Amino acid sequence: MPAVSKGDGMRGLAVFISDIRNCKSKEAEIKRINKELANIRSKFKGDKALDGYSKKKYVCKLLFIFLLGHDIDFGHMEAVNLLSSNKYTEKQIGYLFISVLVNSNSELIRLINNAIKNDLSSRNPTFMCLALHCIANVGSREMAEAFAGEIPRILVAGDTMDSVKQSAALCLLRLYKTSPDLVLMGEWTSRVVHLLNDQHMGVVTAAISLITCLSQKNPDEFKTCVSLAVSRLSRIVSSASTDLQDYTYYFVPAPWLSCKLLRLLQCYPPPEDGAVKGRLVECLETILNKAQEPPKSKKVQHSNAKNAILFEAISLIIHYDSEPNLLVRACNQLGQFLQHRETNLRYLALESMCTLASSEFSHEAVKTHIETVINALKTERDVSVRQRAADLLYAMCDRSNAKQIVAEMLSYLETADYSIREEMVLKVAILAEKYAVDYSWYVDTILNLIRIAGDYVSEEVWYRVIQIVINRDDVQGYAAKTVFEALQAPACHENMVKVGGYILGEFGNLIAGDPRSSPLVQFNLLHSKFHLCSVPTRALLLSAYIKFINLFPETKSTIQEVLRSDSQIRNSDVELQQRAVEYLKLSSIASTDVLATVLEEMPPFPERESSILAKLKKKKGPGAVSVNELEEGKREGGELNGGGERGGDSSAIASTPSPSADLLGLRTGPPVTAAAPSTGSLLVDVFSEAGVNDDGFLSTQVSKIYNTVLVVFGYFNKKILHIVPLNDLSERELVTINEQTPQGVFVMAPFLKMFRALTCTILLGLGMALLENVDPNPENFVCAGVIQTKAQQVGSLLRLEPNAQAQMYRLTVRSSKDTVSKRLCELLAEQF
Amino acid sequence: MQFMLLFSRQGKLRLQKWYVPLSDTQKKKISREVIQMVLARKPKMCSFLEWRDQKIVYKRYASLYFCCAVEDQENELITLEIIHRYVELLDKYFGSVCELDIIFNFEKAYYILDEFILGGEAQETSKKIVLKAIEQADMLQEVRNTHIACLFVLVYEVTIGPFLSC
Repeated sequence: MPAVSKGDGMRGLAVFISDIRNCKSKEAEIKRINKELANIRSKFKGDKALDGYSKKKYVCKLLFIFLLGHDIDFGHMEAVNLLSSNKYTEKQIGYLFISVLVNSNSELIRLINNAIKNDLSSRNPTFMCLALHCIANVGSREMAEAFAGEIPRILVAGDTMDSVKQSAALCLLRLYKTSPDLVLMGEWTSRVVHLLNDQHMGVVTAAISLITCLSQKNPDEFKTCVSLAVSRLSRIVSSASTDLQDYTYYFVPAPWLSCKLLRLLQCYPPPEDGAVKGRLVECLETILNKAQEPPKSKKVQHSNAKNAILFEAISLIIHYDSEPNLLVRACNQLGQFLQHRETNLRYLALESMCTLASSEFSHEAVKTHIETVINALKTERDVSVRQRAADLLYAMCDRSNAKQIVAEMLSYLETADYSIREEMVLKVAILAEKYAVDYSWYVDTILNLIRIAGDYVSEEVWYRVIQIVINRDDVQGYAAKTVFEALQAPACHENMVKVGGYILGEFGNLIAGDPRSSPLVQFNLLHSKFHLCSVPTRALLLSAYIKFINLFPETKSTIQEVLRSDSQIRNSDVELQQRAVEYLKLSSIASTDVLATVLEEMPPFPERESSILAKLKKKKGPGAVSVNELEEGKREGGELNGGGERGGDSSAIASTPSPSADLLGLRTGPPVTAAAPSTGSLLVDVFSEAGVNDDGFLSTQVSKIYNTVLVVFGYFNKKILHIVPLNDLSERELVTINEQTPQGVFVMAPFLKMFRALTCTILLGLGMALLENVDPNPENFVCAGVIQTKAQQVGSLLRLEPNAQAQMYRLTVRSSKDTVSKRLCELLAEQF
Repeated sequence: MQFMLLFSRQGKLRLQKWYVPLSDTQKKKISREVIQMVLARKPKMCSFLEWRDQKIVYKRYASLYFCCAVEDQENELITLEIIHRYVELLDKYFGSVCELDIIFNFEKAYYILDEFILGGEAQETSKKIVLKAIEQADMLQEVRNTHIACLFVLVYEVTIGPFLSC
């Protein structure tokens, strides 16, 4: 029954609300609202001034419309006018309007602040409270600037009424939260702390929230509150239920105040003073004892209030982490709640136990409940409760129960809610790695993760398993075998293909002896998944294929067929096409030695912090991962370099950096390890004659493949070579070479199968420019380049004269430094 | 507390109190999200929900859901009792409160809430004191009205009364 008669009911408002409720459709509602808005607008603009009652009514209507969800862009002025009325309800509505529809118009703000100031100094407690409520509700910076100095004074003044003190305390708290720099407690600190001793429980209740917040930011200044809080708490806990009169709630004395006091104490370490500490411990024991007593009332409010205090006390005990007796008692109490009828209590017990699990005193006690928790994980109907159970299992996991817990979490994962799967996957991965004694178990676990929740297995997880397999010789064979078996499943997740592709590419040889997993079988298995995979996976598989060619020469022709097929070398994705083309060529022209070097087994990864822990922390927020875990993560294994296979292959060796300044005034071409190829033509035959002159593009193409070759140069040379290709070399520009410069060493070497194209590319790969039409003999190669070493630049000229009949070649190198000539010759000789 | 929402089973918002500064669009978005989440809960489930970096504590009273968002480390059970205490206050004030009372007297619902909770924290936990404060404020208006009414009557009797008696 709508009670309109209380106080000063506004009939017009009630009618309007009824009209809205009776509207049959959204359109009708909007129509009615617009009609009313027009009416109000005209009334506000009207000639004669509205009386207070009408103004109040219209402002209230506007407020109602706004709260329904429609935008209001007028009425602020009228609302502000209401503030200066001395009728209470008019003021009320005015304040309510401006606290709900906050306006940033500076003129209005000035007027509002003025009205508030008047009310604050009115000495009428009801008006003062209204003003304080408004400040607390809005809490804007302008209000903080205007009133942050005034309010503490009101708070501690002797003649302030209790209700005003309460409002002042919480108002100050709000201002502090939004503008901490403007609220200077300095001179008020001790008097604010003293409010804890106030006779009026309401004042204490309000003040303590303020003190708690302030002491979090300035613990030293407020530390005197600890002993006061303890004595207050002690008085409440030991009081009979009749003592506190109206502050007793369903037979529980001052539950809100007790909880707040316990929260305040959690801002500080255990009290140093023996007497205070003793009193507090006594308090906590009393609270724990009371939990065992039969309830004084059957009402849920009684048990909620009582248990609220209990849980807060347990939080304090956990925070102190110094009283083994209390910790164990807390753990036992929570253990009882784990099987309570009420879902809320089971939920809270699981949550509380999580924190208990990390304390060394209670960790063992927590572990005793593992069966109950596992049961909760399986049988609870509420997903939030199941999730808490999973969190607790994670927290209580240690070496002794890791296998059991991981197994339970895996089976839970099969039916888990989608929203929590990713987090669960991360947790299982972390546990499996942390407590793995036998790494084959770890590999199994991760592969199971991929099988069960493949979509939610993030990159960090599968990078990690690969990295661990690479770093641990003892598990490589097992990993290859397991992955091979897993791939045979008909519906195999793409992440499994990625892991499988990589591992077989590296370690497929370890299982190649068995006819069931012979090289061709492995290749066919991988290739059968090829077309089902996304581009990044296919790229990874292509790399695996070239590794196969290296590992198993007998598969070369089969794989080359695949690489040669149109769907690879004419693939519309640039990355795939490039890889296919380059791998194909690499397989055809590189000798077995070169291939073996390029596709050498990945070296172990350097130890680095686990990225999985960081990802979990980011997901859950700061509280989720304890400091211990993070530190352990730092001490443990490294992290896989995220990059793709290409980068990975040469990551062990330093790459050639690009040149910077053009010191010789010669045009510097693109750096050797350049960026992406031009997107102009899709089809590229890297070794075609036509491409030779297109220096920029080609050198990057070549350099990518021969990066390792060049890099081998760099590596062997043990110095960083900056190699700058020179274009458009004219006679005049070759000033670095004069007649006196020593000649290079003549090299006679067996003439291997040498294609012109190959030679070109090797030379170009070096960064030297091929000069056409310089040597009268078209078979010869003439190059020029500037080698930039750390110390200086060395210009050099090169002539390569192949003699097909004699199956020999002569390499002449001339440069401004003798040693450089020699070295260059030696290096190139190795290549040819 | 970050905010409190009261909404019906059809998802109509009856009261919204925000204790943190947010834009109107943000408020609308959050309300929609939270209402959807809470309405999706089944009866036997627990009264707490994790949401973003906060906790939602909710309870249903007849046709109204009372929903509070609190910080992660806040005490859930005591928040449930804050909700209950607010319902008790409304009940005492309106006499067997129902959803319609809150619809038609929404401004009163806000005042009562302000007397109980300020800036997101409980300021007065004595039911008597809160109700007394509201009654006093109501009285202020009544007194003024009565004064004005008396004044009218007086004027009437002085000016018009004698004419009627003739």
